[in-house]
Amino acid sequence: MTDEQVVSATAQSAARTDTFPRLLRVVSLGVGPLVAALVLGGLVLLLMGFNPLSYYAYVVQRAIFSPSGLEATLTRMGPLLLIAASLIVAFRAGIWNLGGDGQYLLAAVFVAAIVPLMLGILPVWTNLLLGLFIGAAVGAIWGLLPAILKAWQGLNEIITTLMMSFLGVSLANVLVKLAFLDPATTTPQTRTLPVEARLPRLFDTSVSSGLIIGLVAVIAVHLIMTRTSFGMRLRLVGANPRAAIHAGLSVPTLTIAVFAISAALAGLSGAVDILGTHGNVRADWNPAYSLTVVPLVFLARLNGFGSIAYVFLFSALTIGGESAARRIGVPSFFSLVIVAILLITLGLAEYLDKRHQERARR
Amino acid sequence: MQALDQAPAALAATPSGAPVVALRGVTKRFPGVVANDDVTIEIRSGEVHVLLGENGAGKSTLVGMLSGLQQPDEGRIEIDGKVCVVASPKQALAMGMGTVFQHSMLVPSLTVTDNFALGGPWWKRPDRAGIAAGIRDTARRLGLRVDPQALVSSLSLGERQQVEILRALMRGSRCLILDEATAMLTPHEAVALGELMRRLVAQGIAVIFITHKLNEAIAYGDRISVLRLGRKVGEIDPDALRGASESENIERIIALMFGTSEKGESVRRVQVSRRLGDVVLTVEGLCCDAGRVPVRDISFSVRSGEILGIAGIDGNGQKELAEVLAGQLPRGSGSILLMGSEMGGASVGERRNRGLRYVTDDRLGEGTVGTFPVATNFLLKDIGADPFWRGGIERPQEIRLQAERHVRDFDIRTPGTQTPVGKLSGGNIQKVLLARELTGAAEAVIFAKPTYGLDVNNIRTTRKRIREAADSGKAVVLISTDLDELLELADRIAVMDRGRLRGIVGNDDDARDAIGRLMSAGDDE
Repeated sequence: MTDEQVVSATAQSAARTDTFPRLLRVVSLGVGPLVAALVLGGLVLLLMGFNPLSYYAYVVQRAIFSPSGLEATLTRMGPLLLIAASLIVAFRAGIWNLGGDGQYLLAAVFVAAIVPLMLGILPVWTNLLLGLFIGAAVGAIWGLLPAILKAWQGLNEIITTLMMSFLGVSLANVLVKLAFLDPATTTPQTRTLPVEARLPRLFDTSVSSGLIIGLVAVIAVHLIMTRTSFGMRLRLVGANPRAAIHAGLSVPTLTIAVFAISAALAGLSGAVDILGTHGNVRADWNPAYSLTVVPLVFLARLNGFGSIAYVFLFSALTIGGESAARRIGVPSFFSLVIVAILLITLGLAEYLDKRHQERARR
Repeated sequence: MQALDQAPAALAATPSGAPVVALRGVTKRFPGVVANDDVTIEIRSGEVHVLLGENGAGKSTLVGMLSGLQQPDEGRIEIDGKVCVVASPKQALAMGMGTVFQHSMLVPSLTVTDNFALGGPWWKRPDRAGIAAGIRDTARRLGLRVDPQALVSSLSLGERQQVEILRALMRGSRCLILDEATAMLTPHEAVALGELMRRLVAQGIAVIFITHKLNEAIAYGDRISVLRLGRKVGEIDPDALRGASESENIERIIALMFGTSEKGESVRRVQVSRRLGDVVLTVEGLCCDAGRVPVRDISFSVRSGEILGIAGIDGNGQKELAEVLAGQLPRGSGSILLMGSEMGGASVGERRNRGLRYVTDDRLGEGTVGTFPVATNFLLKDIGADPFWRGGIERPQEIRLQAERHVRDFDIRTPGTQTPVGKLSGGNIQKVLLARELTGAAEAVIFAKPTYGLDVNNIRTTRKRIREAADSGKAVVLISTDLDELLELADRIAVMDRGRLRGIVGNDDDARDAIGRLMSAGDDE
């Protein structure tokens, strides 16, 4: 070999060793923690006296490979994706809207109370559109107080949104039990929306079109945050509020806008869940989607597409977990255990990766 | 105060001792760079050994190796003549090497005493009274005043540094490494630190003082080693240093640092007279109480092509004045006229659109977003503007092209336009700001401490940019705490003190004296 050949050969091998570990890194960072979480979760199952392999097999079979299970999984994704969109807007703009549960539930209650009353007066599709609008509006109104306090008083929105969330959940319950009670039933719940007046189903399946609304919302939010000047302004406020002031942005106005969008999306999620799946709200019902989705969007690093993947995974875990609870006896909350372990393994993987990189730099 | 007076005498009497620490032929490589190349340096007790060099000359890597954070690839470190491996910061401390880093390593929410107690065995209750007594004792010995019960957050940056030096000494350091110790200090605090260094060496401590400021090196150093691109390019021993005049020393060091003699530029007043145009910016009776220091009754006007310098000790309302002018702080009363029209009520963005630019001194705090790419940081003040956005949609091609143009025109050293700006050196971040503020249709530019914390080379390019801005007909307001910078660049110099302008003098031969008189006149009130 001549010198030149040697040089090019070493350069090639250097390039190969360079790209190969990079691929390996992406794979190990993306899949490794998931596998580790499932293994650790399996250990927990073993300790509880269940066979982890048969549990996982059952969950996957019921949630993904059985047609009805997959349809339930996809339907559940709709409201979860809207919540994810709500959180991505807020978190990317540096605002911790943790009040999604109250915004969701109040919106759900108002939608469930008003939409059945309008049946027969308006055509079904205007009724549905109006229902979605009511949901978004109620959510946004419930986010207004924390928004104002944050924008002009600098009050910590973590505390105010959480407080408003507790209040919202309680108020929703009170409304169901006192004001919006269905007189035709004995259990405290709102009037039930007939199945034919709900959001249309997709094709021949039982998947609600809420899934489409959710997918559109989360992708739109992703594109707005990454590709538009409005999104750039929000990200600037989120990354460095002082730089935003220096750059001449009106931080209070943007804060209000972020709250309005985020809370409206949470409210929309409630509307979609009622109009698409439940049809009514029973007293003391609170799925607490918002706080459950918080770890998911962080696992996806506030990326819209990543969030879709994580929401699908979580949705499958809960749907499969719910039937496993009936069949095998593993509590349905086990899916939350998996998410919690996943957070830890992902954090660990990131820590190890950072240390590895630092070591390589030395 | 007695100790202070005796310090120089004690120094003259103390002969330079044997090397406490020596680096012999040390080489340290990082992927793609040789940070230190065959460096040999001896640190003697009773000497302030200055390591002088530009950003990136390899000073920090040397500190890293001496403090046990990094290991040399080649060469050896000797302590008291014996070859040692400094494997960890803990070990470095045990060997008597104390390091005070540029950024405070104290816990702000704890008292001084509790900070000293950190690192003790966890199962023992810290002997707070003993530690406090030790602090008072050591502080007295060095002529410092430190309150052991004070919360660290209540101390100024200079006081925090003194506390860190005390801590290093109380842990038995014989060799004290001060890494860019004066970079964050006010000029007054820097002088105090210089005096403290003299007292430390008078007591037989070896001090390694890392800086990129020539005047500090000459004022406080006994021995100066100059680093350039990782190599040690020269050393000036104490005899040579004391034997020569200040200007001879400066010339020699500049020759070492840049490989050329830059005599022409070190002479003050290179400022050439420009033809001044019409009045661009007029400020009348401006007051503002919204900032930390209230601004009172400021009046001045700047013409096209003119540089108005604003001198004064840092923290006398200069920052507030700049922010009121830029619109970041609300004006209390008074008027701000740009090209004859009032803009006191306009927002930050409107003022920028009308041609007012503000180059902030807080480059990472508000000037840029460290995690955003360089290309994005060029546009922080023009979000949504044509041609970079069309109908609110980003156009990556245009943004990239502009970024590449700026990087080329302003000679910004960055791996790419998508590199997070926080990864660049201070000088290059400043160039990003200059590129953003000086392009486009600007009428008036406010520079706040534009060369603060930069190395000699970047100071020179920044000053050139300021001069060019004025040459091209812009009205320039130059706020600086560096009098020499103002004397070099400004046409007229105003003195600011406790929120007021004490007077404006023309930059002629007795400007320095006149400014001095104005500053001291303010003190009499």
